[in-house]
Amino acid sequence: MKKLLTGNEAIALGAIEAGVVYAGAYPGTPSTEILEILGSHPRSEIIAEWAPNEKVALESAIGASVAGGRALAAMKHVGVNAAADPLLSFAYSGSNGGLVLVSADDPGLHSSQNEQDNRHYARLAKLPMMEPADSQEAKDMVRAALELSEKYQRPVLLRTTTRINHSKSVVDSGEKIRPPKRPYERQPRFNLVPAVSKQLHVDLEARMLELAAHSEESPLNFIEWHDRKIGVVAAGAAYQYAREVFGEKASYCKIGFSYPLPLKKIRGFAEQVETLYVIEELDPFMEEQIKAAGIKCLGKDLIPICDELAPSVVAKALLGVEPEMVKLEVQAAPRPPTLCAGCPHRGFFYQAGKLKDVVLTSDIGCYGLGGSPPLNAKDTCICMGAASSLGHGAQKTFDFFGEKKRVVANMGDSTFFHTGLLGLMQTVYNNSPVVTCILDNRTTGMTGHQENPGSGFTLQGDQAPVLEIEPLVRALGVRHVKVVNPLDQKAMKEALEWALAITDAPSVIITRWPCVLKRLSRADREEFGDYFHRCEVDTPACVGCRTCVRTGCPALRFDKAAKKTRIEPSQCVGCEICLQVCPKSAIRAVKKGGN
Amino acid sequence: MSDVKNILLVGVGGQGTILAGKILSNGLLGAGYDVKMSEIHGMAQRGGSVSNQVRYGQKVYSPIIDKGQADILVAFETMEAVRWAPFLKKGGLLVVNDYRIPPAPVLTGSLDYPEGLLEALAAQTPTTVIKAAEIAEGLGNGKAMNIVLFGALIKQMDLADIDWEAQIRANVKASFVDLNLRAFKAGRDAA
Repeated sequence: MKKLLTGNEAIALGAIEAGVVYAGAYPGTPSTEILEILGSHPRSEIIAEWAPNEKVALESAIGASVAGGRALAAMKHVGVNAAADPLLSFAYSGSNGGLVLVSADDPGLHSSQNEQDNRHYARLAKLPMMEPADSQEAKDMVRAALELSEKYQRPVLLRTTTRINHSKSVVDSGEKIRPPKRPYERQPRFNLVPAVSKQLHVDLEARMLELAAHSEESPLNFIEWHDRKIGVVAAGAAYQYAREVFGEKASYCKIGFSYPLPLKKIRGFAEQVETLYVIEELDPFMEEQIKAAGIKCLGKDLIPICDELAPSVVAKALLGVEPEMVKLEVQAAPRPPTLCAGCPHRGFFYQAGKLKDVVLTSDIGCYGLGGSPPLNAKDTCICMGAASSLGHGAQKTFDFFGEKKRVVANMGDSTFFHTGLLGLMQTVYNNSPVVTCILDNRTTGMTGHQENPGSGFTLQGDQAPVLEIEPLVRALGVRHVKVVNPLDQKAMKEALEWALAITDAPSVIITRWPCVLKRLSRADREEFGDYFHRCEVDTPACVGCRTCVRTGCPALRFDKAAKKTRIEPSQCVGCEICLQVCPKSAIRAVKKGGN
Repeated sequence: MSDVKNILLVGVGGQGTILAGKILSNGLLGAGYDVKMSEIHGMAQRGGSVSNQVRYGQKVYSPIIDKGQADILVAFETMEAVRWAPFLKKGGLLVVNDYRIPPAPVLTGSLDYPEGLLEALAAQTPTTVIKAAEIAEGLGNGKAMNIVLFGALIKQMDLADIDWEAQIRANVKASFVDLNLRAFKAGRDAA
């Protein structure tokens, strides 16, 4: 049956059809939906799990492969960095049950901190790699990758990009298979000690030569002959853009099995066209290998390395043409993403932003938005879990030079479980007075409310033990710990002052309040209850000082002409932060049952 | 060169562009077209500018609509029409909702919401202005604004042979079918 599916939906369908037994991931745009969909299947069909981080997800998938089942791990490009340790070594061991790692790259940084090109991991780890150009290919390649993985005993990298993960195209579903479990036997290759690995490296190199020969024959690499003046080598979304720009005025060597490259096939193709273009997004990954093989081609000297490609980018680079556009005299004002109305993080950032001589080290998540105007409460954001560890090094260095600065680190609950707790351990073990604020909103917010070890549920909906942050923090050796409701501005302010007064040891503030978009569990309702009362402005009392709009709440509107704030009733959820910060008590809560 | 048509739906996170895009693309798929649709998730959803891009024809390659390429641009918010206008092809049709959602810099009073946008747009490209919020509120639920605009879009497209009402029934919650069918009709009548 034909259906319109996103690349992620197609990958999930591919995993189900190919009999994947174990799938694991940590959420990350643009990969998240793969596991969300797999998690909606029953446990009798597939085991689908959120792991605390990508390294753990891949290691569990490796375990499933070693035990003899088909396995999949999915993560965003930077997640593969966290999982690189098991990846590069398991490449020596090789798979038993088929193992596919989906790396979802984000050229154009739609929702990421960098735009690294993870095709380099295939070369670095010596893994075969496939790159789909639409959803049908994404689905089919999951199965092809698992079969290849079992045939050659190699984990396979399935490399996608945002435009593949989040674009819908037509997919024909296939039949479901359940291959028999492969036998588990104790084998030296799964026990990487130096003497074993030395030989495995030799075997791996030999295997890569076999895979290079396989790539030449793979139906995933094919040639489309049209006009032969221009030849294009392209894979993934870049192939679609090239096809859009050149149509039948060029011939194509379409690459789906992209490492090892089919260099003989490309050489044969190059010999029959006048000019060869290698059109690829981000780095000259294919181009450098093609040039190193002595094949003349043009690529990154014309096509930009930075940002994602689009047909217009390719057309401008290679044909020198630009599209005709509608041109306007007026300009749109920027529309940056903001913390939601009622977001508990606002309560923390509003107070943190007012601290003097403080460096605010932050992390990856919605709290990334705490750095935008008008809150402006963030100095650093590098990678998942870095807030406390980066803060520790900064604090030690300020102290070394006698600079009177304090570091206040912040991260979310899921980020704390991911790797952040190790950074906190660092502040205890090597003792620095970093104030670590764990913004516990009871869910994984930015990626769309996935369960995590603190939420009480698994991906497939089972109840799980709730990992309580406070006892965990104390067990790590933090002696100064406070739990506050971040919406209570007095308590939030006092907690920060309390922590900053501790100068000889690390401290932790846990701000505990659920994400405003979270569907509350029964335990949440019992704990957080009936707190919210919508707010309104007592207009005559409002003096137009704009203190309330400096909280950055999107429910507040400042009317410049009238010099008054107004609260949009359809947006206000009643967090009462504006009410607390108003110096004139001109904002009041509308009690339930009132108007 | 290509028979591919490009429909670009833009708005602000939470306005329902994704549902409108879904109904549109499923209807087109059912009518036998090759269809591709792109949307952006993640950070932009937190009150940012969002787009939903639908391309259809005999054979579609690129999943994204590029600058100067859209045959029809449907803007669910007035200023978003301005932001995305460069994606319209010369002479492309604009369906724009006369509805403002002020962005953060306007809410805080650091920037003004620009004036005269509808006039500026209409001066450059064929424009249909729809008061979709008023129409939807008149039907009893402002949230049906997206289907009002969808109705207006269908009026502009030459696709009368597709049973759009069946598509709406198939893609919205049962309790909202009646409202959305009325919204669809109202949008078609208003365009």
